[in-house]
Amino acid sequence: MSTTTGKAAESAKVQAGPGTVKSPAAGPKGSRSRRKPSLGMQNMAGWLFSTPFLVLFLVFMAVPIIATLVMSFTDFGLRNVTHPLDANFIGFENYTKLFSDEKFLKSLFNTAYFVVIGVPLTIFLGLIVAVLLNNGIDRARTFFRVGFYAPVVTTIVAVAVVWRFVLDPSDGLVAGLFSEVGLTAPDFLGSEKLAMPSMIAMAVWRNVGTVMVLFIAGLQAIPTEVREAARLDGASIWQEFRGITIPLLRPTMLYATVITTIGYLNVFEEPFVMTQGGPSDSTLTVSLNMYREGFNFFHMGYASAMAYVLFVVIMGITVLQLRLLKDNTK
Amino acid sequence: MSATNAPGAVSTAPSKKPGKAERKASGREPRSPKRIFVYVLLSLGLLIMSAPFLWMALSSFKTTSELTASPPVWIPTEWTLDNFRDLLDKLDLPLYFMNSVIVAVLVTVSNLVFCSMLGYALAKLKFAGRNKIFGLVLGALMVPGNLMLLPLFVLMSKLQLIDSYAGLVLPFAAGAFGVFLMRQFMQSIPDELLEAARMDGAGEWYIFWRIVMPLVKPALATLSIFTFLGSWNNFVWPLIATNDPDKYTLPVALATFATDPNKAGGSNGMLMAGSFLIVLPVLVVFIALQRHFTQGIATAGMK
Repeated sequence: MSTTTGKAAESAKVQAGPGTVKSPAAGPKGSRSRRKPSLGMQNMAGWLFSTPFLVLFLVFMAVPIIATLVMSFTDFGLRNVTHPLDANFIGFENYTKLFSDEKFLKSLFNTAYFVVIGVPLTIFLGLIVAVLLNNGIDRARTFFRVGFYAPVVTTIVAVAVVWRFVLDPSDGLVAGLFSEVGLTAPDFLGSEKLAMPSMIAMAVWRNVGTVMVLFIAGLQAIPTEVREAARLDGASIWQEFRGITIPLLRPTMLYATVITTIGYLNVFEEPFVMTQGGPSDSTLTVSLNMYREGFNFFHMGYASAMAYVLFVVIMGITVLQLRLLKDNTK
Repeated sequence: MSATNAPGAVSTAPSKKPGKAERKASGREPRSPKRIFVYVLLSLGLLIMSAPFLWMALSSFKTTSELTASPPVWIPTEWTLDNFRDLLDKLDLPLYFMNSVIVAVLVTVSNLVFCSMLGYALAKLKFAGRNKIFGLVLGALMVPGNLMLLPLFVLMSKLQLIDSYAGLVLPFAAGAFGVFLMRQFMQSIPDELLEAARMDGAGEWYIFWRIVMPLVKPALATLSIFTFLGSWNNFVWPLIATNDPDKYTLPVALATFATDPNKAGGSNGMLMAGSFLIVLPVLVVFIALQRHFTQGIATAGMK
């Protein structure tokens, strides 16, 4: 890319080592015929093209994932940030401690609450909007689609700040709506009962667009002949929806459910900005709890154990969803 | 929009409308009332979706007295730029903006190069271990980012990369999503084309840069948008990897400002102005390039 055309490979060798595979020079043994490059060449090229990603993956992902596991069996603390090897091995102590830690159990419960209410709502609303956009209207379809998708792309921190104000009981948008009909708005984020539902509302608002786009793509993949055949047979719109649309959307539904669930299980920014876990830990999620234990209190071994518990929960739920939803198709 | 002419069409002038509607609805009866209902429903939904943005935009131009008025004022009677001025006084937004841009550009460029390289290898090169590497990529897609934060922080501290651009960029320099996306697109390039180039003696690096990359420009566009935006909106890692306020990215600066009661805890005007300034460029870019967004999501979702 950088230097001129011609024998680009020669210059590429200098600036980006890994990809340099200009044919014969690279492997002395490979070429059995001059005209058709051998499979040995491709083998070599394949690995050279993979190297940059693999190196980054190894250093910044694979090793840290394993390191988290190792750390979770130690008393890794602030001191160990500079002297990691001095951390003491303490076996399963962090894990046993977790399950008697009321704060952690509460954060687990809060996260579950968020997922159990939030995911179905997001999927349901996303499906409704997609079906309406796909079948109900011809005009302004793009306009609506852009509108529903816009929250997805915006900076979550900024959006959370905005929602904090929108829900402000005295001068927020929702307070305004309440006062229009002569009511006083409750303190949504300041109430132990309402803080989490408010956060769920915001998450649904933000993520409905993703699910909508997935469903639109899924709907458009359904062959029109199938629908037309159903119509000729006199199927009502509802029958068409139940009998054709829903079954054929199963794969999309599966994918949308899994990614939404994974996203919601990791919820962090919303409580961090909107409530900081309060009031009285009612919006403390596992991720926020882990962040605090790890980076505010530097109980990094303990926080690592939390990260792994969350990871196991996520994997477990994902596998379960894949099973349940796949089996239903048969 | 359509609500103005459509009701009339139902009751008084059925002769004019059907022709148009029939063609689109492929032989179905024109169902105008139903259609209006759908439009009303969608418009209502759209209003709810855009309300927080409108509220943010309007509020950032309100005076302090209107911001704190109870019941709230919907539309400012007296438009003011004071919130923006105060915010810029208290918060070095141009600096954070530049930090965000630098990090996002570096992350995007490195993803384009590295993810395309691996995507090409996985899609078009037959080599031992290819399936294993692809399995690794799929696995990496599923691992939650939280799982590596703690050792990553230790690693970056050890490397003295806390509060550096390198520390902010490196963990995101090559993502599995990008590999997946590029592989999907590159698979559709006919093998004959590459074979022909190989017969002519082109090396793989040449084929990759000169033949494959130009052919997957739409995919590269999609990937750049997603990566740039992902980096722009990223919060957790920059929050951890920066202590020095001079290295904050926009979201970290805003969050720090918003959650610190000594700074702006109470000043919704400044916070709305700040949010407005962060969200606006993203929204503009999104609206301009919206087709790529929906396409990218759909492609990734189809598998």
